Amino acid sequence: MRRRSIFGTSLAVVVAMGLSACGGGDGGDSGSTTLRVTLVNHVWTENIKAALPEFEKQSGLKVEVTQLGEDQLSDQYNVKLNAGSSDIDVMMYRPLQEGKLFAKNKYLADLTDRAKSDSAFEFGDFQAAPVQATTYEDKVVGIPIITEQEVLYYRKDLLEKSGFSAPPKTLDELKAQAAKVEADNPGVAGFVARTGKAAAVTQFSSFLYSFGGDFVDANGKASVNTEQAKQAYAYYGGLLRDHGPENISTDMSWSEAMAIFTQGKAAFYTEANSLYKNATDPAKSKVADTVGFAAFPAGPAGSKPYNIPSWALGVNDASENKDNAWKFIQWAAGKEQSLAQQKAGVPGARASVWANPEATSTYPKDLAEATTVSTANGVGHDRPLVVKVAEAREIVGQPIVDAITGKDSAASADAANEAFQKFLDDESK
Amino acid sequence: MSTLTTPVTTSPEARPVPPEGSAWSRWANAHRKWLFAAPAMTFVAVLIVIPVVWTGYLSLTDAEGSVRAESEFIGFQNYLDVLRDTDRFWPAVWRTVAFTGVVLLVEVVLGMAIALLLWRPFRGERWVRVAILLPLVATPVAVGMMWRLIFDPNIGMANQMLGWFGIGPQPWLAGQHSALPTTMFIDIWQWTPMVVLILLAGLTSLSDEPQEAALIDGASTWQRFRHVTLPLLMPTVIVAILLRGIDALKTFDILYATKGRGGGSFHEVETLNVYAYGLSFDYNDYGVSSTVLIIFFLIIIGVMWALTYRKKGLER
Repeated sequence: MRRRSIFGTSLAVVVAMGLSACGGGDGGDSGSTTLRVTLVNHVWTENIKAALPEFEKQSGLKVEVTQLGEDQLSDQYNVKLNAGSSDIDVMMYRPLQEGKLFAKNKYLADLTDRAKSDSAFEFGDFQAAPVQATTYEDKVVGIPIITEQEVLYYRKDLLEKSGFSAPPKTLDELKAQAAKVEADNPGVAGFVARTGKAAAVTQFSSFLYSFGGDFVDANGKASVNTEQAKQAYAYYGGLLRDHGPENISTDMSWSEAMAIFTQGKAAFYTEANSLYKNATDPAKSKVADTVGFAAFPAGPAGSKPYNIPSWALGVNDASENKDNAWKFIQWAAGKEQSLAQQKAGVPGARASVWANPEATSTYPKDLAEATTVSTANGVGHDRPLVVKVAEAREIVGQPIVDAITGKDSAASADAANEAFQKFLDDESK
Repeated sequence: MSTLTTPVTTSPEARPVPPEGSAWSRWANAHRKWLFAAPAMTFVAVLIVIPVVWTGYLSLTDAEGSVRAESEFIGFQNYLDVLRDTDRFWPAVWRTVAFTGVVLLVEVVLGMAIALLLWRPFRGERWVRVAILLPLVATPVAVGMMWRLIFDPNIGMANQMLGWFGIGPQPWLAGQHSALPTTMFIDIWQWTPMVVLILLAGLTSLSDEPQEAALIDGASTWQRFRHVTLPLLMPTVIVAILLRGIDALKTFDILYATKGRGGGSFHEVETLNVYAYGLSFDYNDYGVSSTVLIIFFLIIIGVMWALTYRKKGLER
């Protein structure tokens, strides 16, 4: 199976090399009127697709949308962009996951002039942290469209039943409340969160920061075996081990963890706020009317959740339709659409939209409050900021699964730190 | 290969060339062997030879990030690194061998038993055959998803059924040590029917005389199976082993659908195929990934060669 796909890749490369030799580089922006846009499965995408006819009418372009799951999207980019294919014009990508890799490989077109010269688009309106994540070597290579922060999802009814009037303010309280609720309700876990080695890293990051740690220290050295980091690993893994679901799997990403929460099998759940519709939509969730949201509980270093741009729009550098691609971004990331998206539950990156009370009027009130707190104290990354993020996540995620399965997480953190430092050294070569 | 250079008219077996006809048709006639095979040969060259050669080339470079980025030729460094990697590579080899060995053994034994049961005509034979073939026609990814639900440690049917017999919940796919056996079970469930199909075809083509002769000589059922049926069927068994073995070595879909990237958090089900996939699609280490694939390719060719060699020996 795999062999066949790398053959496919290689073949595509060979063919593409032949073709580009004939075509000769960039070419002008003659610009087809058909624009090919690749998007991920997300609420944002559903909203944009619904609004597309308006854009097509006003621009005279025809937009072809390819929509894929996160992993399939990644694979698609790896194959097509590697081959220098021009059949993607606009691409939705994850600045923190693959942004550096794509920019380094020159897959992303330089949008600096287009973004900054466009007064109606008002590039200065975008929050600084997301813009930083979509900038590579001082060039704007993407426009951030979705931001997310980690918040605490909880079950109001279960807390009330156990005599708690408010959600936990600190991580110590979280542990105590999770234990009590679990004891009061057989069959319900106190706490659930992602457990997969790589998948858990982003949601674990807020725990790490709130304990006072980070993946890399101020000098750029690996720091996942500091005292703070060890405490964070032990806390996160311990909470899942002691108060998580029985027979806990170590492969859970958000969809599995969310399913446990929305099936009513867990009292607390830490997750990105951008996924809240999964918990509040009665069609998807059995606990839709009892779910509450709170700011990320404070650790020894305070409440320090991540606050990151999860998705951005970029233009494929090999696209022959860059002018029209920019037109699409102008519209999709413009003020009007950003406001509409935010009202529909997708937090964006525009400061003016956040300042507009109308934008969060449709949010659950406690979620809007929690998000405001997270945006204020947030840390701008939720994973190591490196080129080969997938590999780094597996390294720093190992102590998480070791803690969950009851192994010595401190020793595991030491081993992970050594491996991570080696990884950083290799990458900076 | 004499047709390549020798004019066709001098070959004793050649048919007389019609005196009329254009130069093209004379040429085409002379080289018809090559002409007719050309489409297939082009196909093989474009889709198999070029990619394999390209992968072989990549395995000698330090290509990473993008295959279009500049990469250095580093000789056999990747091979040395990979063969010395006891962290991911050798465990993956071991898992690949264990997975293939176990599923192959169970599938052939089980497949043989079922094929023998279905050998003689009985009432409702057609329905039973259709039912047995059902797993075979299902998409492996869908099969993976289905079993993932059944084996879910908290809400899955498997644990519920164990509960009826008073057995506590098992972790199945979620367990660090139970994941690989569970995926083996899924593979066995899905692919035994194929072995049945092949063996059944072999059994129906056997003639009745040796069986009758053995019966008259007073051989027991077991003796007849062991000394008559099995030796006669051996070439078919080898074919089944060959086909299923290569497929089992290359299993990817079931493993990926049930445990995801990297074969789980502890790489519980990471076989060579899953490992190579991760190396190129997660790590973008195209050089190392190609190295693993070339080694894997050589292993498959080796196994194939050994089995066909054995089959030829049997047929003599």
